[in-house]
Amino acid sequence: MSDYKRRSKEEVAQRVAQDIPEGAYVNLGIGQPTLVANFIPTDREVILQSENGILGMGPAPAKGDEDFDLINAGKQPVTLVKGGSYFHHADSFAMMRGGHLDICVLGAFQVSATGDLANWSTGEPGAIPAVGGAMDLAVGAKQTWVMMDLLTKQGDSKVVAACHYPLTGVGCVNRIYSDLATFACGPEGLKVIDVVAGLEIAALSELIGLPIQTSKPSTD
Amino acid sequence: MINKIADSIAQALQGVADGSTVLVGGFGTAGIPNELIEGLIDQGARDLTVVNNNAGNGETGLAALLQTGRVRKIICSFPRQTDSHVFDDLFRRGKIELELVPQGNLAERLRAAGAGVGGFFTPTGYGTELARHADGSPKETRFIDGKHYVFEYPIHGDLALIKAEAGDRWGNLVYRKAARNFGPVIAMAAKKTVATVHHIVALGELDPEAIVTPGIFVSQIVRIAHTATVGGGFKKTG
Repeated sequence: MSDYKRRSKEEVAQRVAQDIPEGAYVNLGIGQPTLVANFIPTDREVILQSENGILGMGPAPAKGDEDFDLINAGKQPVTLVKGGSYFHHADSFAMMRGGHLDICVLGAFQVSATGDLANWSTGEPGAIPAVGGAMDLAVGAKQTWVMMDLLTKQGDSKVVAACHYPLTGVGCVNRIYSDLATFACGPEGLKVIDVVAGLEIAALSELIGLPIQTSKPSTD
Repeated sequence: MINKIADSIAQALQGVADGSTVLVGGFGTAGIPNELIEGLIDQGARDLTVVNNNAGNGETGLAALLQTGRVRKIICSFPRQTDSHVFDDLFRRGKIELELVPQGNLAERLRAAGAGVGGFFTPTGYGTELARHADGSPKETRFIDGKHYVFEYPIHGDLALIKAEAGDRWGNLVYRKAARNFGPVIAMAAKKTVATVHHIVALGELDPEAIVTPGIFVSQIVRIAHTATVGGGFKKTG
């Protein structure tokens, strides 16, 4: 057993934020991805989209200043930054589907080595299905990044050869940012971009039960 | 003289037929036309198909309409919410039919209806359970320029219910912030479109460069009371 430390959710968010370039249009999915907004360097201008019709979404308002006509996709009150705009749903999803958004960051139940994504349903019998914008977000942006723990609480890898949960999109994920490593994924399979200090690639590969290509990963 | 201003919600909603497809605007707390939904409950039409992003919250608005048992089917992207117990219960008892549609496909299917487009190929949903019809048969797919697409049909409404901010007697509308959401899209997609507004202004007062929904897409507008909060927006009611 190698001696390594998992990255916290904040550290993973910071790791994602580090890769978002100046000028990017970005949609941060509901849940863990919203943390990324807190770590975008202040000297970098990044424009956040919310699929319910906001470009230039700002942070949550101060208590008492909430405006329930100005909410994000998670239905929480937000603000608009200077230069921001509002638009209707068809335009909002045209922004996505039309490939105008640079990056979309999503959570996931499972991602396959070739970039298939499962994040909308666990396929549990009797559960009421709900998809929202998940499938549109998955296939729309120029780059789809996933942010998640690498392993489930039971220790099973969430990066898999083939998703067994219902798919959200096929071959749509470009990168996986996790608590143990960052990967690129696609038709050629998994490639490690970085890994936490003290975790050998061979041990990482064993954890997820999949081969990993390396091109001299950086460690932190 | 054209005058699309109705005296009351009851007047605006006269004659909604049983079996109608009703497109309802709103997303979360923003832009839900609760007053019109209540009007529709009072009007009494039944056997309805309702289209909205969600399937109602708590016991008011859309949830109250579902509770009446007059909705046969709901077309939406995200029915399951922490307070969607009215829908959850009807669905579990098999009392309501659900057509689950990805949010962007929902918006585009409504847009297609309004724009007179017979359908469209979309990458959203390809290779997933939602690329199947209700009977389980696969939807039509096509491979175009190296990418897979699924064919989706338009969703036409008999009636659209919208909550806008201001309007004039020609039916021109402007919205407020993210309350715009589905409003401009469903306004185009229905045979009859009714909008509530907080302000009715004289013709010419709305900046023509800033009108979001041109009056041609609107049948009737009704003024409703304005509930401001300290933040300038609207308090969550109920």
